[in-house]
Amino acid sequence: MTFTREKDFGTPAKHGETVSLTIDGQPVSVPAGTSIMRAAAMVDTAIPKLCATDSLESFGSCRLCLVEIEGRKGYPASCTTPVAPEMVVRTETDKLRKLRRGVMELYISDHPLDCLTCSANGDCELQDQAGAVGLRDVRFGYEGANHLEGCKDESNPYFTFDPAKCIVCSRCVRACDDVQGTLALTVDGRGFASKIAASQGEDFLSSECVSCGACVQACPTSALIENTVIDKGTPDKSVVTTCAYCGVGCTFRAEMRGEDLVRMVPWKEGKANHGHSCVKGRFAWGYAQHRDRILNPMVRTSVDEPWREVSWEEAITHVASEFRRIQSSYGTRAIGGITSSRCTNEETFLVQKLIRQGFGNNNVDTCARVCHSPTGYGLKTTFGTSAGTQDFDSVEQADVILVIGANPTDGHPVFASRMKRRLREGARLIVVDPRRIDLVRSPHIEAAYHLPLQPGTNVALLTAMAHVIVTEGLVDEAYVRERCDGEAYAEWAAFVSEPARSPEAIEELTGVPAADLRAAARLYATGGNGAIYYGLGVTEHSQGSSTVMAIANLAMATGNVGKPGTGVNPLRGQNNVQGSCDMGSFPHELPGYRHVSDNATRALFEADWGVTLDAQPGLRINNMLDAATDGTFKGIFIQGEDILQSDPNTKHVAAGLAAMECVVVQDLFLNETANYAHVFLPGSTFLEKDGTFTNAERRIQMVRKVMEPKNGYADWEVVQLVANAMGLRWTYTHPSQIMDEIARLTPTFAGVSFDVLEERGSVQWPMNAAAPEGTPTMHLDQFVRGKGLFVVTDYVPTDERTGPRFPLLLTTGRILSQYNVGAQTRRTENGAWHAEDRLEIHPHDAENRGIRDGDWVALRSRAGETTLRALITDRVAPGVVYTTFHHPDTQANVITTDFSDWATNCPEYKVTAVQVMPSNGPSDWQTRYREQSDRSRRIATVEPAE
Amino acid sequence: MTRVFISRDMASVALGADTVAEAFAKAGCEVVRTGSRGLFAIEPLVEVETDAGRIAYGPIGPGDVKAVLDGTHANRIGPIGEHPFFSGQQRFTFARCGVIDPLSMRGYAANGGWKGLDAAHALSPQEVVDAVKASGLRGRGGAGFPTGIKWQTVLDTPAHEKFIVCNADEGDSGTFADRMLMEGDPFHLIEGMAIAGHAVGARHGFIYIRSEYPFAVETMHEAIARAASRIEPFTLEVRVGAGAYVCGEETSLLDSIEGKRGEVRAKPPLPAIEGLWGKPTVINNVLSLSAVPFILAEGPQAYADVGFGRSRGTMPIQIAGNVKNGGLYEVGFGLTLGELVNQIGGGTASGRPVRAVQVGGPLGAYFPPSMFHLPFDYEAFAEAGGLIGHAGITVFDDTVDMAKMARFAMEFCAVESCGKCTPCRIGSTRGTELIDRIVAKAPRKADTVETLPQMRNAGTAARTHDEEIELLRDLCDTMKHGSLCALGGFTPYPVLSALDHFPEDFGSAHVHAAAAE
Repeated sequence: MTFTREKDFGTPAKHGETVSLTIDGQPVSVPAGTSIMRAAAMVDTAIPKLCATDSLESFGSCRLCLVEIEGRKGYPASCTTPVAPEMVVRTETDKLRKLRRGVMELYISDHPLDCLTCSANGDCELQDQAGAVGLRDVRFGYEGANHLEGCKDESNPYFTFDPAKCIVCSRCVRACDDVQGTLALTVDGRGFASKIAASQGEDFLSSECVSCGACVQACPTSALIENTVIDKGTPDKSVVTTCAYCGVGCTFRAEMRGEDLVRMVPWKEGKANHGHSCVKGRFAWGYAQHRDRILNPMVRTSVDEPWREVSWEEAITHVASEFRRIQSSYGTRAIGGITSSRCTNEETFLVQKLIRQGFGNNNVDTCARVCHSPTGYGLKTTFGTSAGTQDFDSVEQADVILVIGANPTDGHPVFASRMKRRLREGARLIVVDPRRIDLVRSPHIEAAYHLPLQPGTNVALLTAMAHVIVTEGLVDEAYVRERCDGEAYAEWAAFVSEPARSPEAIEELTGVPAADLRAAARLYATGGNGAIYYGLGVTEHSQGSSTVMAIANLAMATGNVGKPGTGVNPLRGQNNVQGSCDMGSFPHELPGYRHVSDNATRALFEADWGVTLDAQPGLRINNMLDAATDGTFKGIFIQGEDILQSDPNTKHVAAGLAAMECVVVQDLFLNETANYAHVFLPGSTFLEKDGTFTNAERRIQMVRKVMEPKNGYADWEVVQLVANAMGLRWTYTHPSQIMDEIARLTPTFAGVSFDVLEERGSVQWPMNAAAPEGTPTMHLDQFVRGKGLFVVTDYVPTDERTGPRFPLLLTTGRILSQYNVGAQTRRTENGAWHAEDRLEIHPHDAENRGIRDGDWVALRSRAGETTLRALITDRVAPGVVYTTFHHPDTQANVITTDFSDWATNCPEYKVTAVQVMPSNGPSDWQTRYREQSDRSRRIATVEPAE
Repeated sequence: MTRVFISRDMASVALGADTVAEAFAKAGCEVVRTGSRGLFAIEPLVEVETDAGRIAYGPIGPGDVKAVLDGTHANRIGPIGEHPFFSGQQRFTFARCGVIDPLSMRGYAANGGWKGLDAAHALSPQEVVDAVKASGLRGRGGAGFPTGIKWQTVLDTPAHEKFIVCNADEGDSGTFADRMLMEGDPFHLIEGMAIAGHAVGARHGFIYIRSEYPFAVETMHEAIARAASRIEPFTLEVRVGAGAYVCGEETSLLDSIEGKRGEVRAKPPLPAIEGLWGKPTVINNVLSLSAVPFILAEGPQAYADVGFGRSRGTMPIQIAGNVKNGGLYEVGFGLTLGELVNQIGGGTASGRPVRAVQVGGPLGAYFPPSMFHLPFDYEAFAEAGGLIGHAGITVFDDTVDMAKMARFAMEFCAVESCGKCTPCRIGSTRGTELIDRIVAKAPRKADTVETLPQMRNAGTAARTHDEEIELLRDLCDTMKHGSLCALGGFTPYPVLSALDHFPEDFGSAHVHAAAAE
C-alpha cells in the first residue's frame, strides 16, 4: 500500500433528502444540507480550502473556497453554503482565480518560506493550495508586519507548536472544542494579532490540553506536528489497524516509512472512534521499540538464578516437557493457563484451545476475572448474553446518561468525547461515583445530579432508585408486560417497594441525600432515552454481580433496552477483554459463552478437535493460586497479563506463584509476574501481527501487521509451537484460519471472516444467518434469553469495614495518561503527565493527620502497606481516599484484600479499609520487593555452553 | 412654580446641561430632564413651559436663568417646532425625544406610548408581521434588509424558544441616533421589541449596548424595570459590550451575548433560523425596532406613504463632522445629499468649502460635492458606489487629506478586525502598510528575501507607484468580495472612493474610470 492522505470532503456528511444541482456542468445529487464544497468533492472537484476539514463543521474563515452561483450576488464560500435544488455552481472562473490568489498572497506575506526543510513538506495544505491557485509572486513583499518571530512550544513530548507556521484557521481550536471537548485552545487577541493559545497563554504541557492529538491532526500546516514526523520525515505508506489500549477500540492508520512507524493517525472511517484518538493510542506506542523489550526466550531452573537466553526451540521443548512432567506427577489438572485480553481473538482462542485440547482440562481464566466477570454473570442472567447492549453511536440519541462507577474521560477518553458532545447538545447527566470525576463539571458540561455514595453501597443506591420508579408509578408497564418475565417482575417490584429500600431509609448508609436520589431516579425514568454506562466501580465489589443486575433491572423497568439511545453499557477496560471472554477464556465456558457441561457443545468441539473434553469447569485464577499454595497446582502458562501487579492481595499472588514448579510468562517485558517465572517467552506487539480485537460494543476489528515481530514470532505462532511440542498437530499458517475455526464453532460468530472484515471494516456480533449485518443494538424485539428477567438484589454490606485501625475507605482507578499496570505507558513519554501514583485525600482527613500536599504517606490495610505521595483534593469525600495502580513501585494491590464478588470472584478492588499516616519513605515490603525484583531480573551475560 | 425642560442626553450634558439644570432648580423651577431635541448648536437647550406652550432658549449657560425666565434672553428660539432645523422634520421615531421625561411611564403613555403594542396585541402574529411588511420598513442598521421578511422567517421557524435581540452597539463614528433614542425615549424601544416578541413568538429579548454608552445602559435598565408589567409576558435584559466594534456585526454580537469571544459567524445559517444559542432570533437595530410602534399605531400605510423609491418611511439622519448644524434630523428618504449637508447642516463649521462627506460611518464611501445630487436612498447610494449605512453623515472641509482618510479606513479595519477571515485579518494590515508607502511616494523596492538567489519567481525590480496603486485596488477587491462580514467587505468603500474621487491626494494623476464623470 502506498501513502495517500485520507480524502477530505471539507465538511461533514449530512443526511437528508436528495438534492440535485450542477457543479461546473456536472450533475450532482447529494443529501440536503450538504455543503457545495462537499458536493463538489464527491465528484472529485477539489475546491481550494484551508479552514475546512470534514471532521469539523464549516467555519468559513479562509475565504479560499469562494464560488459563483447563478442568480446569486457575490462569491459565497462553498464550505458554508448548502446546496439547493437546481443550483448552478461554478468553481473556476477568472474572477475566482484572482480572488483566491489574492487571499493566498496575503497568507504567504506572513509565512516562512522554508518549505523544503519544513517538517510538513509534502503534507501541507497551505503548500498544496498555494500551488493550486498558482501563486508566483507576493507583491506585498516579505518585510511587512508578521508573526515569524514566534517561539516554538516544544513542551509536549509528542508534538511541537510553531506559531510562525500557523495560519490561524482555528481548526485546532475547533477540534479541541467540538471533537475532544476539552476546550483547552483558543484564539488569543484579535485581528492581525490573533494567535493560538493553550489555556491562559500557557505552554501546551502546562495547559488543560490532554494531548489527544485532535489539534495536530486538524492542523493543515506544520504549526502543530508530531515530533516523530519532525524526526523521521513524512510516511510513505499506511496500514489501518486497531489500537491495543482500551476497550473503545479506536482504529488508526499506522503511517510507516519502511518498517519504521512514523505516526498513528486515527482513521476517519473507524466506527468506534470516527477519527478521534487519545494520548495513548495516538502517541504512546514507543514501548514497541523500547530497549526493555525482551527479544529472546529465557529459561532458569530457579527464580533465584539469573535468566539464561536460549533458542526458541529449547524454550518450547522445555515448556512442553515441564508441563507433561508435572501432569504425569501431579495429574492432568495440575496445570492451567491465563489468556490475555491484550492479545487477539485468534491468540486467545488458541490459548484456551491449548489448555482444553492439549492440557486436557478447563483451567483457563483471563483478566476479565478481575474486571468485568460480574458483567458477564449479571447480563447473562437478566438479558441472556454477556455483552453491552448498544454501539457507541447510540449515545448520540441518549437524552439522559447515567454514569455509574466509571470515569470515561480518563478510562475511555475517546468515547467520553462523544458522550461530552452529546451532553453539550443538551442530554442530561447523572453521575454515581464516590469521587467528583471530571464529567461532573467540566467546560460546558455539568451533571444534573452527582450522587457521591460511600464505596460499597451501589446495590442499596440502585435499589432505592428502583423504589422511586416503582412506587411513584414511573415503570414502563407496557414494556415490562410485553418484554419481561411477569412473575419475576412482580416479585422484584414488591421487594423494591418495601419502605426499607426507600432513598430516605438508606440515606445514612450511602451518604446520598434522598431528595437528590429521588430526583435522579425520576430523571432517568422520565427524561427520554435513558442510557446507562458503567465501569469497574460497579463490578469490582463483593456485590458486583448484584449491582450489574440492579442496573439491568432499572433499564428494563423503564423500557430502556432494545433501542438506540438507551441500554446497559459496560465500558470494558482492555482492548480485547470482550473478545477474550467471547473466545472461551473462562473455566466454565467454551467460546460463545456455552457451558462446558453442555454435551452438545462439547461434542461439536470434540468432533472438530479430535479429543475428549473435560466436562468439569476448571479453576479460576484465585483458585489456581490457592491450589498452588495447597500443592495441587504446579504449572501455568500466562500470556500477556501481569497478575502480580494487577490482581488483589499481591502477597497471596506471590505465594501462589512461588509454590509452582513451572511458571511460563509470555510478555513484551520482564513484568512483575516474571519475577516468579521459570520460562520467559518474548511476546509480539499489536504492530507485529494480524488478527482481530473485539471492543466494548462487540465490534470485531482488524489488527494488521505493519512490521515483522522483533522477537521472531507473533504470539499465535508461539502458542502453536507450544501446542505442537505437546503433541497437538496444529497447522495454522495465518490467523484468518483461526477465525474460520471460531466461526465454524461459535454460532454468534458464524458470519465472521477476515474477508468480511476486510470488506466491511468491522462487524458487531452476533453475526450469523439471523443477523447477516451484525448487531449494533441487542435485544431489539426480544431479549436473547426470551423474557427479560428481573432479579431481586438485596443489599449485603461487604465484610470490609472501617474501624478504629483502618478508618478510611480506599478506592482505586485509572488516569488518562497511564494504562493499567503501566507496562506500556511507563515506557513512553506519558510519564510527563503521571510519573507516579498519588493518594488523593480530602483536606479534612489530611489536616487531621498532619499531611501536606506532596508528602510521603504510608497507606496501610490489613493486607499490607505501601507508601506514596499525597495529593490533597476535595474531589474525594471525607473518609474516602483514592489512588491509581499504574506503577509497580507503589504496588497498590499490596493493600487490596482478597474479598471478592459472590458470584464470580471478581476482586473487591474498590473498597479497602485503610489508614493513612505520614511516612519517611518506602515500606519494608517495598524495599524487599525492589531488591527481589532486581535480583530476579538478572540476565546472564555470558552465553552458556550448550 | 415654573416648569422648565432641559435635556439629560449625554451630548447635552457634555455641553453643560447639568449645571444649567442645577441653576434653574436653585432658582425654584421645576426642572424636567428630557432627551435631546437633537440640534447641538442650541444645546444646552432650555424650554420654559408657558401659557403659549414651551418656549425654547439655547444655547444657555448657568448664568442665564433670570434672562430666560423673564423672556429677555437673546437666544430665545420660541416654540422649537418653528426652528428651521425642526420645521421640516418628520418625527415618526423621535416624536417624544426631547419632549418627555424619558423614564416617566405616565408621560410616555400620555404622548401616544403603547398604542402600537396595544394595536399589535389585538392582532395575530402573522397580522403584525404583515403590517411590518406592508410598511416597507428596511433594516436601519445599514443592510436595508426588509424587516418584515426577517420577522416572517423567525415566525415560520418552529422552536420552543425564540429571541428578540436589539443591536445597540452603535459603533460607527459620527452616529448617535440609537444612543439618543435609548436615553431620550427608552420605552419606545421597549415597545418595539415587545411588538416584535408578539409577532414572532419570542418571550425574551436582549438589548446589546456598547460600554461607551453608560447613560443609555442606565436608562434602559431603569426603563425595563418600570415597563416590566406593561410588556408581559415579554421580558427584556440589557447586555453591555466590551469595546469591540465588530460586535456590532450581528453574528459577533450573538456570540458576545453567549459569552464567547465576539467573532463573526458564517451565514447561512441565518440568525433568523439559528441565532442566539442556536434559536430563531430577530436581530434588529434600535431604529428598526423603534420604527415599529408607529407602524402599528398609525397603520403601515402612514409609514409607507413617506419615502423615496424602495426606501420607505423616515430615517433619523445624523449629521456630524465639520458642520455648522450637527445633530439628528429625522425625515422621509429622498432629500439630496446636498440639501442635507448645505441647507440642513448649514455647510462646514469652519466656513471653508466642503470637500468630502462620508456617508454611512467609517466604512462608508466618501463623496465629493459633485455628487451632492444623490437622493438619500439605499439604491441610489449603492449605485454610486456607496452606502447609507446607519445614516451617519460626516462632513470634511477642503483641508482634509483623503489619502490619510483612506489609510485611516484600513487602520480602523486592522484595529477592529475580529481576525477570523483572512482578507480582513491580514489584508487590513497590508493595506495600511501599502497606503503608507503610497503616501510617502516610496514604492516598495525588492526586499532581502526577494533578491536571494534561491528565489526565482519573485519580482526583483522596484515597484512603481502605479503598481502599488494597482495592488491597493486588487487588495480592496479581495477584501470586498472575500471578507466574511461587512467590516472587511466595506473597508474598500472609503479607500476606493477616496482613490477614485481624490486621486491627487495619492500623488497620482491616475483617475479611475468610475470617477471620470
